[in-house]
Amino acid sequence: MNFDLTEEQQMLNDSLRRFVTNEYCFEKRGEMISSGAGIDKATWENFAEMGLLGFTFPEDYDGLGGNAIDTLVVMENFGRGLVVEPYLATVVLAGGLIRDAGNEAQKADILPGITSGERLLALAHNEPGARYNLSYVQTTARKDGVDFLISGQKTAVLHGGQANQLIVSARTSGNVNDESGLSLFLVDRNAKGVTVDDFATHDGHRTAEISFNNVSVSADNLIGSMDKAFPTIEKAVDLGIAALCAEAVGAMEAMNAATLEYIKTRKQFGTPIGKFQVLQHRMADMFIQTEQAKTMAILAASEADSDDRASRREAISMAKTLVGQAARYVGQQGVQLHGGMGVTDEMFAAHLFKRLTLINLLFGDADHHLAQVSDGLLARTA
Amino acid sequence: MDLNYTPEQEAFRAEVRQFLDENLPDDIRERVQKRLRPDKAMTERWQKILFDKGWGASTWSKEFGGTGWDPIQQIIFEEECALAGAPRQLDFGLRMVAPVIMTFGNDEQKQRFLPGIVSGEDWWCQGYSEPGAGSDLASLRTSAKREGEHYIVNGQKTWTTLGQHADWIFCLVRTSTEGKTQQGISFLLIDMNTPGIEVRPIIMLDGEHEINEVYFDNVKVPAENLIGEENQGWTYAKFLLGHERTGLANVGQWKAAMKRLKEVAREEQDGQRPLIENTRFRDRLAQLDAELRALELTVLRVLTDKRGPGPQASILKIRGTEIGQQLFEMLMEAGGQDAIAYIPEALELDYNGPRVGSADATPAAGDYFNMRKLSIFGGSNEIQRNIIAQLVLGL
Repeated sequence: MNFDLTEEQQMLNDSLRRFVTNEYCFEKRGEMISSGAGIDKATWENFAEMGLLGFTFPEDYDGLGGNAIDTLVVMENFGRGLVVEPYLATVVLAGGLIRDAGNEAQKADILPGITSGERLLALAHNEPGARYNLSYVQTTARKDGVDFLISGQKTAVLHGGQANQLIVSARTSGNVNDESGLSLFLVDRNAKGVTVDDFATHDGHRTAEISFNNVSVSADNLIGSMDKAFPTIEKAVDLGIAALCAEAVGAMEAMNAATLEYIKTRKQFGTPIGKFQVLQHRMADMFIQTEQAKTMAILAASEADSDDRASRREAISMAKTLVGQAARYVGQQGVQLHGGMGVTDEMFAAHLFKRLTLINLLFGDADHHLAQVSDGLLARTA
Repeated sequence: MDLNYTPEQEAFRAEVRQFLDENLPDDIRERVQKRLRPDKAMTERWQKILFDKGWGASTWSKEFGGTGWDPIQQIIFEEECALAGAPRQLDFGLRMVAPVIMTFGNDEQKQRFLPGIVSGEDWWCQGYSEPGAGSDLASLRTSAKREGEHYIVNGQKTWTTLGQHADWIFCLVRTSTEGKTQQGISFLLIDMNTPGIEVRPIIMLDGEHEINEVYFDNVKVPAENLIGEENQGWTYAKFLLGHERTGLANVGQWKAAMKRLKEVAREEQDGQRPLIENTRFRDRLAQLDAELRALELTVLRVLTDKRGPGPQASILKIRGTEIGQQLFEMLMEAGGQDAIAYIPEALELDYNGPRVGSADATPAAGDYFNMRKLSIFGGSNEIQRNIIAQLVLGL
């Protein structure tokens, strides 16, 4: 057993730490968010030059052959600096899915484009009313000669408005909640019949509501086997959850650092408020929650690439449960310990809190994942 | 002991409900129930409607133009207003400065200030906190120096809620630096139109402009605007905070939010079932419902206690704010991923553009973020626990 980063990962960690500290400044980030662009081109090109955009892709496709632990290192730092560029959407979710389930032609076509920073993708899977149920898909893809016609509505498509291409899940057979009968298609963002409503999110990211109205897709844009996409979707989402857990840990560490600094310097009753035992214990609990979450983020990253579905899903859900709870506690208490300053837009802590809140809501909140763990437990003892 | 309302109280409730049915304007009701952006004109219009009915000040005695209602009637009124979708009346005048003026002000001050509060003509804000004086309020430094018939005020106040609309501000100012910090404080009423006052917005984490900083640069305030005696302001300030904390229990508003939360739990889909059928969500809803019931009855217990609300008011502030925060957290969680979208333009009544999920999901996360203030302001919940430990438990 070994929890150490490799030498390369340590170097990656150091350079990312420098990047978010020195270059990804709060004011510039704020300007980019206000612009509504959703991505800063120079930052994205910088990521491409650093090799971040193809880190987990095979070397045959211009990648570096990395794994989910490398993603953990990247995302922890992104969490620390509240990076809002579409790394999760394009590289982790869509890139991971193409890497794991795409055919040779699709990988050769897409992965080098992501790596170079030219191509942005998004996973359009969630649907209205599905809440966190991954198999709930009403969007249909029906055969039209050799092609498919896709119709339906997708929601909470992270950075869907910025993507050039969408990976769309659709039902090719079965009923709305069936795990079988799902298929995945590559759809051009500008294809006829695709309508995108692009929204800001509370944490400075972007999300899209996307509708598909008889969108024609050729058969070579089918990803993986027809009707059998559910395990692929699940695995991509698990990669995304592991990445979000790591990002949350980075944000919690930044929250703890900012809060610690604040309670050491803010004086009331003639003394730094950090001298009050009630705040010391609160801060100690925030620290405990963060360390526990960090351990679970490591577990999630270690299991995220695994094809042992039961073991992977259990680890991911345990991690998202505890990380979600920790994100809530650390976020709320970080704001509380900042007092009135904590609820102002000018404080970094307020923005960390917003991101931590949204991370809990993405791909299943703590309640949802606790239910997953609980159901798995019941199934095994039945 | 009898926890039922009397027939007279039930009749009163019916009367209030009928009045609200007939007099609460639809656009106001819609704005409140959809949790859209609050609006100054809306608050003023509603206060005027209540004033015209003679119900402008539900907590005041008739002597000052109030309703003369007993505490149970006040609670029934507040609850019915909240459930009907009426906007919250402005506390700063009605529940904060008015009791201070009535108790410690002179006759001339009562005649001068109280009518404008109950009619809604005068918008009041609170000048307590300063950048260096939050939880440690008594360390405030904004100074008022007596020069002839005036005080000259210099300094800065902060977290001034809705101060951008205000005609008047009630301020704690330092008139002496001798003795303990509490001893040199005075309570001064200041016209916001006086030269030398500058209001600067503070944008909150939900992106909204609700609070402000207020700067005083050689502001000349007539000495007749001093309440009570010079250097006795701390007594009045504490008296006011007791009233503020009781109001912060906010039971009526929370009951309205709970009612909506239960509806939302039926409307939101969790796959092929309504969210209410998700037992984990429903158990938490039930827990919160029980806590809200406990809060409601505790408020009634405290308010009907003839000894009045002593330091027990801190219990109401803590529980009221914690329950309110959890209600809005669950409203956000009910929206799930729909709640992530930030659509500030959708907080206006005439918005017809695209949104994500239901109309309840749109304000949900912003409300949750905004409500974090509840455990911080009015004396943070940590300070309230200190008060209970020291003044109730004698530790």
